[in-house]
Amino acid sequence: MGQLRTLGATQQVALLFVVLFGVLALASIVVFGRSFRERDAAAAASHERLMRDVRAVWAGGALFWIAWASGAFVSTLLFGVLSFVALREFVTLTHTRRGDHRSLILAFFVVLPTQYVLVGERLFNAFSVFIPVYVFLAIPVVSAFGNDPQRFLERTAKIQWGIMVCVYGMSHAPALLLLDLPRAAGRGAFLVLYLVLVVTAAQLAQDAAARRLRARPVARAISRSFSWRAWGVGVGVAGAVGALLAWSTPFSPLAAFGMGVLAGGAGTLGAFVMQALKRDAGVKTWSGHSSVTGAVGLLDRTAPLCFAAPVFFHSVRWSFSA
Amino acid sequence: MTLPEFAGYVLAFIARLVTGAQGHWVGTPPKAEQRIYFANHQSHFDWVLIWAALPRDLRGATRPIAARDYWTSSPLRHWLTREVFNAVYVSRERSADEDPLEPLVEALRHGDSLVIFPEGTRGHAAEPASFKSGLYALAQAFPDVPLVPTWIDNVQRVMPKGEVVPVPVLCTVTFGAPIALAAGEERRAFLDRARAAVVALRREPR
Repeated sequence: MGQLRTLGATQQVALLFVVLFGVLALASIVVFGRSFRERDAAAAASHERLMRDVRAVWAGGALFWIAWASGAFVSTLLFGVLSFVALREFVTLTHTRRGDHRSLILAFFVVLPTQYVLVGERLFNAFSVFIPVYVFLAIPVVSAFGNDPQRFLERTAKIQWGIMVCVYGMSHAPALLLLDLPRAAGRGAFLVLYLVLVVTAAQLAQDAAARRLRARPVARAISRSFSWRAWGVGVGVAGAVGALLAWSTPFSPLAAFGMGVLAGGAGTLGAFVMQALKRDAGVKTWSGHSSVTGAVGLLDRTAPLCFAAPVFFHSVRWSFSA
Repeated sequence: MTLPEFAGYVLAFIARLVTGAQGHWVGTPPKAEQRIYFANHQSHFDWVLIWAALPRDLRGATRPIAARDYWTSSPLRHWLTREVFNAVYVSRERSADEDPLEPLVEALRHGDSLVIFPEGTRGHAAEPASFKSGLYALAQAFPDVPLVPTWIDNVQRVMPKGEVVPVPVLCTVTFGAPIALAAGEERRAFLDRARAAVVALRREPR
């Protein structure tokens, strides 16, 4: 560890990516090796799920690597495209009417690019209020001009919410990359990685705990696996992982633990909320491989991050740059 | 790469970016043979969507039908339909001595595949309108060409009638099992069967 500290920030990040891809390569080899085993239908399905998860982590890791290696502009653009695809998926699965056409155009072609331009320009004050304040008014106004009162509140609320999650939430990830903290110049990539690792760890630990603990679900109609005990395990693991990663952040170990708990808790609760939304839309994953829309299930993967990123971002900003 | 080819790539890319343009080959694999695709019609975007959902190799030999008066009225429209999409022009006004299907028959004789929208016009109801008889005439004239029913889902949300800018919503194009004209089948019965084959591809709304 002592040697690690003597390396520059860039070298440390590079090392972290080498480790990450090494672990991923190992995981892929193990999964591939296991694919030769014979198994019944249930085990085959779970193996299939595992393979998809590993692929998703690969894609995510590669994405963050590109984001880090290519600098602020490309990474902002990359997250912008990710936002676009997620919002497209969200809108596909919610019920909109003809009168919403203009507000959807506004959301996709004005709000989304503007938000990412604000991030790219590091206008952090403007970017934190742009969507909650200005867009909050603009969307219902444009929808009202659509001259269709049927289910007006419901429709506007859905668009509003989609923008909040897919654009506002997601845009905090590149914002972390660009955030200049006093004691951590050039270490934004660590913050993003910290966030992603903590949120992922919380999600995985919660899922594993839910399978083993068989505790009483909190809201059976929404999720059969979500229980307070499993959630507690997830949050605890997130805190522990956060504390272990303290060396990479500007936080003290205790603060890193706290941040891990916060981000992990926000992420897992966000995933829980998304599950409620999926039940409402009548789909199991945002899009399994055979869904009507044929989407790739990106929203599923990014939802915890979308919820955790703003909470994490603003906590970091308040406690460390003031 | 020529300019029309490049324009084609750009258009297909935009269609995929905006709608995903996923092709689901349920009843038949994509294949380089002469075919007539017939689909429900809800927006100007329909043709581009089918075209983008086809594998690239099949795009060149698959041609849309365009109304001559509208699609030749400006140089851009004319260029787009003639050079990029290689459209078959038909005239909407019927003159006494001319068979309106003649250009289609010509194209089929030439070995090209066609995409037709047998409703005749863009509908906005949930169900497609009843089919016009052109499909029947083509099926009679070319009994060996497979007729592939095609369902385009969600596209009315992308670009409702009267709007210009498309909204990004995921769409799918589902290709069903080919049908053929049965021996001695009545015109109306055949058209209803064809329409049912298209509707059957629709999955129930979630």
